[in-house]
Amino acid sequence: MKPASFAYERPCDLTAALSMLAAGSGSAKIIAGGQSLGPMLNLRLVQPELIVDISALAELKRAEIFGGELVLGALVTHADIEDGRAADVTRGAMRGVAANIAYRAVRNRGTIGGSLSHADPAADWISALAALGARVTLRSLAGARTMPVEAFVVGALESALHTGEIVEAVHVPARSVSAHWGYAKSCRKTGEFAHAIGAVLIDPAAASARIVIGAIDTAPIVITDAAELFGGRIAADYKQRFDVRVADALLAKAGIDDAAQRHIHVGVLKRAVQEAAA
Amino acid sequence: MREDAELRNEREFRSGRSGQGVGARLPRKEDDRLMRGRGQYVADIRLAGLQDVAFVRSPLAHARIRGIHVPERHRGCVFTAADLDGIKPIRAISALPGFKTSEQPVLATGKVRQVGELVAMCLAPTRAEAEDIAASVTLDLEELPAVTDMLKARAPGSALVHEHWGDNVFLETNYEVDISAALDAPIKVTREISTARQCMSPLEGRGVVATFDPRLDQLTLHSAAQMPHITRSGLAECLGMEEGQIRVISPDVGGGFGHKGILLPEEVCLSWLTMRCGHPMRWIEDRREHLVASSNCREHHYRITVYADRDGTLRGIDCEATVDSGAYSSYPFSACLEAAQVASILPGPYRMPAYRCRTFSVATNKCPILPYRGVARTGVCFALELMLDLVAAEAGLEPGEVRLRNLVRPEQMPFDNITRKHFDSGDYPEALRRALAQIGIDAIRGRQRKGEADDRRIGVGVSIYCEQAAHGTSVYSGWGIPMVPGHEQASARLTPDGGLELRVGVHSHGQGMETTLAQVAHEILGVDVAKIRIILGDTAMTPYSTGTWGSRSMVMAGGAVATACRELGERARRIGAKLLQHDPASVVLQDGEVRGVNGSVSLKAIAHTWYRRPQDLPADVDPGGLEVTQGYKPVRDSGTFSYAAHAAVVAVDPDLGEVEILDYVIVEDGGVLVNPLVVDGQIYGGLAQGIGTALYEEMPFDASGQPLATTLADYLLPGPTEVPAARLDHMETPSPYTQFGVKGIGEGGAIAPPAAIANAVNDALRPLGVELMQSPITPHRVVAAVLAARVAERSAA
Repeated sequence: MKPASFAYERPCDLTAALSMLAAGSGSAKIIAGGQSLGPMLNLRLVQPELIVDISALAELKRAEIFGGELVLGALVTHADIEDGRAADVTRGAMRGVAANIAYRAVRNRGTIGGSLSHADPAADWISALAALGARVTLRSLAGARTMPVEAFVVGALESALHTGEIVEAVHVPARSVSAHWGYAKSCRKTGEFAHAIGAVLIDPAAASARIVIGAIDTAPIVITDAAELFGGRIAADYKQRFDVRVADALLAKAGIDDAAQRHIHVGVLKRAVQEAAA
Repeated sequence: MREDAELRNEREFRSGRSGQGVGARLPRKEDDRLMRGRGQYVADIRLAGLQDVAFVRSPLAHARIRGIHVPERHRGCVFTAADLDGIKPIRAISALPGFKTSEQPVLATGKVRQVGELVAMCLAPTRAEAEDIAASVTLDLEELPAVTDMLKARAPGSALVHEHWGDNVFLETNYEVDISAALDAPIKVTREISTARQCMSPLEGRGVVATFDPRLDQLTLHSAAQMPHITRSGLAECLGMEEGQIRVISPDVGGGFGHKGILLPEEVCLSWLTMRCGHPMRWIEDRREHLVASSNCREHHYRITVYADRDGTLRGIDCEATVDSGAYSSYPFSACLEAAQVASILPGPYRMPAYRCRTFSVATNKCPILPYRGVARTGVCFALELMLDLVAAEAGLEPGEVRLRNLVRPEQMPFDNITRKHFDSGDYPEALRRALAQIGIDAIRGRQRKGEADDRRIGVGVSIYCEQAAHGTSVYSGWGIPMVPGHEQASARLTPDGGLELRVGVHSHGQGMETTLAQVAHEILGVDVAKIRIILGDTAMTPYSTGTWGSRSMVMAGGAVATACRELGERARRIGAKLLQHDPASVVLQDGEVRGVNGSVSLKAIAHTWYRRPQDLPADVDPGGLEVTQGYKPVRDSGTFSYAAHAAVVAVDPDLGEVEILDYVIVEDGGVLVNPLVVDGQIYGGLAQGIGTALYEEMPFDASGQPLATTLADYLLPGPTEVPAARLDHMETPSPYTQFGVKGIGEGGAIAPPAAIANAVNDALRPLGVELMQSPITPHRVVAAVLAARVAERSAA
């Protein structure tokens, strides 16, 4: 379990990093916290010719609020969020998610941009940020583009990143005072990847909701038109109206044939809804 | 016999005075080194010119080898079976009638029979470069149908792991005592029960550093091994060398659990390679190799029927047990130890008049099954204790009641059970009564009636086991495996400055023997524990021993140390008498000095005189000296029987399938405890492993024989938050057969938890009609069972 040999660069600014990625033309890999890439290198699941270590890019470590929206640089760590070092517009929702990612040692090094880029279906941010309505900015030498998180995650370990492109920042909209947040997951043990995630942002005052069922074998199921899950309307009594049959049908439609698996996913989603209503 | 033993134990048992002897709760001496990161493990050993080895391993479970292609640039760094001139395959036979022998080539020849089997070895200055070379070697394999299901493997027409056998059965055994007498019992419960294949997962994996010294004409193998002398015997057989030409050094070892008792093909390979190439070679097992290619254990299947009367009295057990033994018979334990043992240990500490058990050790295209802490007992305990709960449910009785009705009673000790296991001592019902009281069985029943605010369901489960330990020649001679333990030996030497060196052939890899063996010696000689050095793990430094396995070390090596120290003390006493100018009959050895009516002389002064000032000794002094080697066997070598009652309270979430352990009580009886602190540690560690068996650990295979849990992301081990703060209670019924009345207790902690936890889960879910008969109890299995029970209920309605 030793990696195949690779070249290593640690650029000092984003432009230099993007140039190296462009020159690497697909055989380069970015490393930030290394919490997923490290083991994959050791197992030789990936054998890049070049590793571009972006951990020196100060411009990706910023966390700032612009016009009510939080912009988190890709290198902000889970621990930065957990400890409140990074600004917050979600009224603690992101802190709560961050605090339960894997183990503290992983949170110290693991980054929000790295987690999104890796696009592991069982990881927390791709589900939580989709529920919060976040967007990501991707940058290459050619320029930048921005898209919703749910569009960014294409499938299991598959993102919309093109060759030479990097996750630059995450844009998180402010959570309104009337929006309820619930996040639940089921893990075999403490710190383990989840086998079911439910993330809900429900605003009964606005009669709107973003519902995410995550940790399935592919990209999370993101429901923005969620009324059907609550018997046709989203109102103050949404907890009582949550319809497990509709959730089950969504999972079946997503190709999950195993009834016990669906049952666990629905149960976890129900916990998230209950937490939001609590 | 029992009274005599108790008297003797009382006489010998005087730990109280110095606080360092038998029974003292001493912190472990070795922890000063190990906890500061100053341990020396195989991977820490640096030798000049060391090269690293990586292996090309089979990617397929079953295939014919058509060719091995080594790129031109790597010729000379890659070796295959064709290069291994004069190396014999590993053969671990058993003399049990009908046993079929497998030959495990150290590098594959003709066929590969498991994923991860060694095909070629590659050497380079670093492991990463060696892995590069290994990756460049291509194998031309013709895939054959894989044998992956031990039950189907028994059926005619199955693909064959070893063609010349004609079937896939290493060994079939049959044991019966009048089963027909049970058949008319009013309660008859039949189930299939199984335990998953596991990986042992010590913190440190295996590892080998091999070097050859032409001056000594000696191969030195540093290996993370539990049984260095057995490793040496096995190596000598495979390499065709004299045992004296081989020295095996096992330095600090980070956990063994059975995995490190096995002679590895890697050990043979590196031995050959260092002699071929003339410089030291190293191979350190990585975690993927550990999971995929080695260390598998526990995969049992039972078809079992228990017969009982309406009052819960056991009438008999009828069982067919199958163990997936994997592709090869491992040295020295063989492929049949696990399954064939099931037949003799299934009845456990219960009385019954009728019994039948048929066992099958089945070959499959998986890695060999190895004896893991508890060996067959964990599976047996799981099967029987789950069945007893079903009997209780059928009889409408508390599970504890059924057990109390059938457990061997203290007044029956010593007791020969239906399979002629000889129980030396103990009060099993008392252990159970204490466990039930401490877990608060009545309060839990009340709580269950009220229900939980969070909709989880509470359950309580108990399990009992007995652990035969330190069983010796009379037991193992019948097995006829390459290793039969005889007398255990120890050497004791007083140093010129009054220190004590003990050389012992067992090894310590977490058991704390550098402390506990010193306590035994202190008990006899009174030498300060700080001045006692325990020398272990080196065939050149220690007497021959089968090593550390079967919870035997404290009974056997402890007994040998006591015996050697007694003889050493006797010699010192005679010298002391001379120095005191007393009649030897009038002096005693006490608290580290020889005392007579007119004075005393310390062991230190005696040693100094003997070695450094022999001119002060009279001419007629006994010339035997202050270094002795003595052999020891207990009065009876059929083994000590330690035991425990475990009780668990769990909360089960029927929606998510999550199981939380709320409370856990262990009442154990390990005879006289040499060091209760060390025993506590053994039990906690075993409990963690038992929780792994119960809830987490599983190595699944697909139909083509590919192992599916190849990293620790997929092979889940319990961590600190999954192991509850268990409450321990010790009973100390001495064994009548051993020094001080000690019993072996190394494995027990890992035996009972799966059964206690499964019984608790089933107790929680029984009102839902749910029954889980398979380990591990995963969230998916719980929810699937809950849903199935709902469907069954609907269709019944």
